Parts: sequence; structure tokens; C-alpha cells
Amino acid sequence: MASEEARKQYWRANLRLVAICLVIWFVVSFGFGVIFVDALNQIQVFGFDLGFWFAQQGSIVCFVALIFYYAWRMNKLDREHDVDEK
Amino acid sequence: MELKTLTYLVVGASFLVYIGIAIWSKAADTGDFYVAGKHVHPVANGMATAADWMSAASFISMAGLIAFLGYDGSVYLMGWTGGYVLLALLLAPYLRKFGKFTVPEFIGERYESRIARIVAVICLVFISFTYVAGQMRGVGIVFSRFLEIPIGAGLVVGMSIVFVYAVLGGMKGITYTQIAQYCVLILAYTVPAIFIALQLTGVPVPQVAFGSEVRGENIYLLAKLNEVVTALGFSEYTSGTKSTIDVFAITLALMVGTAGLPHVIVRFFTVPRVRDARLSAGWALAFIGLLYLTAPAVGSMARLNLTETIQTGPVGDPAANLVYAERPDWFRTWESTGLLVFDDRNGDGRIQYYNDQNAEFAARASGFGWNGNELSVDPDIMVLANPEIAQLPSWVIALIAAGGIAAALSTAAGLLLVISASVSHDLLKGVFAPNISERRELLAGRISAGVAICIAGFLGYYPPAFVAQVVAFAFGLAAASLFPVILLGIFSIRVNTQGAIAGMLTGLVFTYGYIEVYKGLFLRWIGSPWINNVAENWIFGISPEGIGAIGMCLNFIVAISVSRMTAPPSQKVQELVERIRYPRDAATT
Repeated sequence: MASEEARKQYWRANLRLVAICLVIWFVVSFGFGVIFVDALNQIQVFGFDLGFWFAQQGSIVCFVALIFYYAWRMNKLDREHDVDEK
Repeated sequence: MELKTLTYLVVGASFLVYIGIAIWSKAADTGDFYVAGKHVHPVANGMATAADWMSAASFISMAGLIAFLGYDGSVYLMGWTGGYVLLALLLAPYLRKFGKFTVPEFIGERYESRIARIVAVICLVFISFTYVAGQMRGVGIVFSRFLEIPIGAGLVVGMSIVFVYAVLGGMKGITYTQIAQYCVLILAYTVPAIFIALQLTGVPVPQVAFGSEVRGENIYLLAKLNEVVTALGFSEYTSGTKSTIDVFAITLALMVGTAGLPHVIVRFFTVPRVRDARLSAGWALAFIGLLYLTAPAVGSMARLNLTETIQTGPVGDPAANLVYAERPDWFRTWESTGLLVFDDRNGDGRIQYYNDQNAEFAARASGFGWNGNELSVDPDIMVLANPEIAQLPSWVIALIAAGGIAAALSTAAGLLLVISASVSHDLLKGVFAPNISERRELLAGRISAGVAICIAGFLGYYPPAFVAQVVAFAFGLAAASLFPVILLGIFSIRVNTQGAIAGMLTGLVFTYGYIEVYKGLFLRWIGSPWINNVAENWIFGISPEGIGAIGMCLNFIVAISVSRMTAPPSQKVQELVERIRYPRDAATT
């Protein structure tokens, strides 16, 4: 059974992971798709202006990848810190 | 076979499947009724969540909105998907660990307050009814257009189907019908998109076709679309007209609002374990993404098809405008619904479709003998008319009808269930009759689901004139009231009853007040809106659609400040917060 200290570490590791994921979440949507959209639209990838692509396609793809990554990392953290459900 | 017969067959068959599932998955107790006994597999729950979330608005309206808004339509794409990241990282796993039945129940226990619980119930009921009215309207439109029966009769059929599987099966019945409905709606959405992508670009994947060259021409689809629409005085498709700050605020309000919607949150109560809740959110967004990644491709192609149908050659050449008498069949059928209207303002018998709000272009247009835009297109018809515009086979059109109905019914059922659960569980058992027996609570749940369905049908038949405003309000409300207190309830041990109630009320009053002042809501009878709803008048340039983002910030600030000035929550609450943070409880010593 996890000690009090191990449980605190688990929570801090969780907060760190959440923070990293939220930064990526912000950058791919609000960053690339909204704030810097005009700058990125100068770059053409196939038939897309890159900023427009992030706003209508890229951000959504990143969101899906982000949630699966978080779920995989957290489920691993649960086991490492011995707080997973039996 | 005739189209109407075929449509009846396809829609009828889908109804039989839904009813069959309802009978097979009848709810035995309140656990089944509220949270499907917590036995739903994460992938299955992901699929059910996707159907629950994607409403008539996502299926019927969104691609059409994007078609006319271009880049500005991105707020819906990012806003209605990005919320799932917040949900997966910040709310779903913890609320699943809490392990009860409803969202107001969490707020009530975490903040040890019946008032907080009742405020949460009021927000929830308001948000859900707003939403459900839109779904019922969608059902009515599909029935009247494709099956040619009156909207009222269409509503009764739709309500009866929902009644059977929501009242009988509760959450359990809804979950398994939603899985079937997801399959129907995603098929109905993607099949026509693939056909149209093939016709326009020769590429069968809509998301790739979106960035490919137009077939037989040496120009990219989006570049061509930009040329075609700017030639008629519209703004460029790939760049927007809204200010950056407004796009930012609307996107944020929609994201946070999505994460705070009770009927979505409650889906994560139905999986067996915390780790399933995390995975399930990923599956949900993957299934939602299938439609949301297709929608902008459909929007751009529909806009191009529509514009080129009307403007068949160079702008200004009198022969390059479609002759009204030679209009295609789909044009005639949609005219009869009143969603497509032609008004021959210059009396030349041809259709001129252009942006007469653009002063510079309007001046040039009058040089061609044009006398104002002659065609008004309701964005809602773009998805529904798409297969006809692209001349696809009848079975595809029948499929679209079944898909639209599936999208509307699945969302309506999810909303009706959270309404009935909050009445029977939060109000009745939680506040008024704590000693009610399990069997009577289940009966109360079923009765309130039935009553809610009747109210929803009524709202669908007599939609309040301000439905669009109310929908913006529903998201603003969820963002400014529910989301911050749930989040703080998990991540802060210090936030207490006074802070939560003060925060919720501040967010609520501010957001409601802003929308009332600029758009008019409930106080229209004494003269609202009071201020002209234009960008120059908005606070920080943020429109009423995006103001929930500011309401949310105010809620956070007030909740934290008030909590700091008052006593910390009780030991019991601190232990509760400790408990929901870890998938497994600490050993009791």
C-alpha cells in the first residue's frame, strides 16, 4: 500500500502532466489557430494555409492524440505509485 | 423505388432497431436508470458519448454555418472538440471516482450545501431544456422535408420513440441505442461527403480532398473557393472577419461550456473504473472527430457547388447567371420549405447571388444591372441538400434523413435523462423526500422523464423566438456557472460553500446580464436589448457569444477570494477531496 509521501508524489506528477498537456492544448488551438493564424497562413502545405488548417483540422487531431497520451501516462502513473484500482 | 418510400423504409428500420434495443436493455433499478449500472465498456461509452454530444446542430447546421462563415466557423470546430481535453484531464476521472449519480449531487456534497445543489439543478434544467428544444425542431424539419408529414406529427413520432427507450431503459437503454444511432449518423454524414469529394477532386477522403486540386483544373480547392467568393464581393473563405479577441473568447466559452454540460459529464459516470473514464474520453473525441474533421470539408465543397450552380461563368456576363426557370429540382424542393428564397429584384429572370452589403462591390454590381442579392439560403439546408445538389443516388438521401433523426434523438434522450435524474434524485430524494424508497424513486424518474419529453415536444412545436440567443446562453451559462465550481471542487481543498455560491452567482448574473443587454432574452417585454449589438459597443470587443469566457474568469476570482476570507471547509469535505484524487482509497489506519 502506498505511503502518504508516495501519494503526494503521485498528485504532483499528475499536476505536472496536466500542465504540460494543457500547454499543448492551448498552443495548437488558441496559438496556431487563433493568435498566430495570419503568420502561419503565409506557409502553404498542399492546398492549405497552415493557420487555417490548424483551426479547422490540426487542432482536433492534436486534441484526440493528447487525451490518449494523457490516459496512457496516467494509467501508468497509477500503477507506479500503487494507487491503481484492483 | 421512389425516394419517399425508400426514406420511410430506412427511417422505419432504424426506429425498429432503437425499440428492439430498448426492450432488450430495460432498467431494473436506479443504478441502471441513472448510470447504466456502471458496466459500460470505455469504447462503447465513447461511441455513446459521441452520439449524445453530436446534436441536430452538429449534424444539420454546423457544416452549413462553416460554409458561409469560412475561417470564422473554426470557433465551432475547436470550441466543440477542445472541451473534451478539459473534460478528460480535469473533470471526468475525478467525478467517476466520486461515484454517485448526478452533477448537482457532487456540487451539493463537496460544498455541503443544499442551496448550491439547487442552484446547480436550476442551471442544469435550463441548459438542458434549451438544448432539447433545438433537437425537437431538428426532428420536425427532417420529418416535414423528407417524409412530407406535418411538423407536429413528426414531433409526436419522435417523442414516442424517445419515450419508449428513455422511460423504459433509462441510462442503460439510452447508452445502447446511442451506439446504434452513432453508427447511423456517422455513415449518413461521411458517405455523401466521400461522393462529393470524389466528384470535385477525385480524392475519396474528404479531409485530403479539402487540401487537393480541383479535378481537371490546376488550382487547389480552397484557392479556387477564395477566388469564386471574392469575385462576388464576399470575404475570403480562409480568412475571417471577426476580431482575434472575439474568436479567442468564443472558442474558449464553447470549450469550457462543453466541458461543463451535465449530459456529457454524466456519461463518464457509467464506466466501471477511473482509468476507463480517461480512455473513454479519448474514444469519445475520436468518434466525434470523425464528423468534425469531415464537416469543414463538406462546408467548403458545398459552398463551391452552390456558388458555381448559380454563377455559371464570369461575373458581369449576363448569360453567366442561372436562369430561374431552368433551376434544378433540388432548388424547387427546398424553395417549398421556405429555407431557400428567390426574389427577382431586377426582373431579368436570372438569379444574382452576391454580397450586396459590400459597398464597393455593390456599386460595381449595379453597373451590371444587378439590383441587390436575389437569393437567401438558410445554412441549415446545406448538409441536407448536399446529396441532391451532387445528384447522388436516392438511398444516400434516405440515409441523410435517418442520420439527422438519429443525431437529434440521441442528444434529446441524453438531455431528458439528466433532467429526470436531477428531478427525481437531486430534488426529490436529495431535498424534499430523503426517505423515498428505491422503487418509488425509479418510478419518479420515469414519470419526470415522461413529463420532460412532453415539455420538450411542446418547445419544439412552439419554439421561443429567441432560440439562437438561448443556445449561446446555454454554453455561456455552463462555462460561467458549473465548470469553475466543479474544477475548484477537485483541485482546491480551500474553496468553500460561500466561495462556490458567490462564484456561481457572479458568473451567472454577469453572463446573463451581458446577453440580456446586448441580445435580449427574458426581459424583451420591458424593452431589452438596450444596447446595439455591434463590436464598437462590446466590452473588450467580446460578443455575447463569447462572454461566458469572462463570466468563467469572474467566477474563479470571486470563488477563490471569498473562500480565502471565510473559514476553510470541514474535515469531512477535505477527506472527500483527498479521496476523489486517487483511483484507490488510502488504507484506513
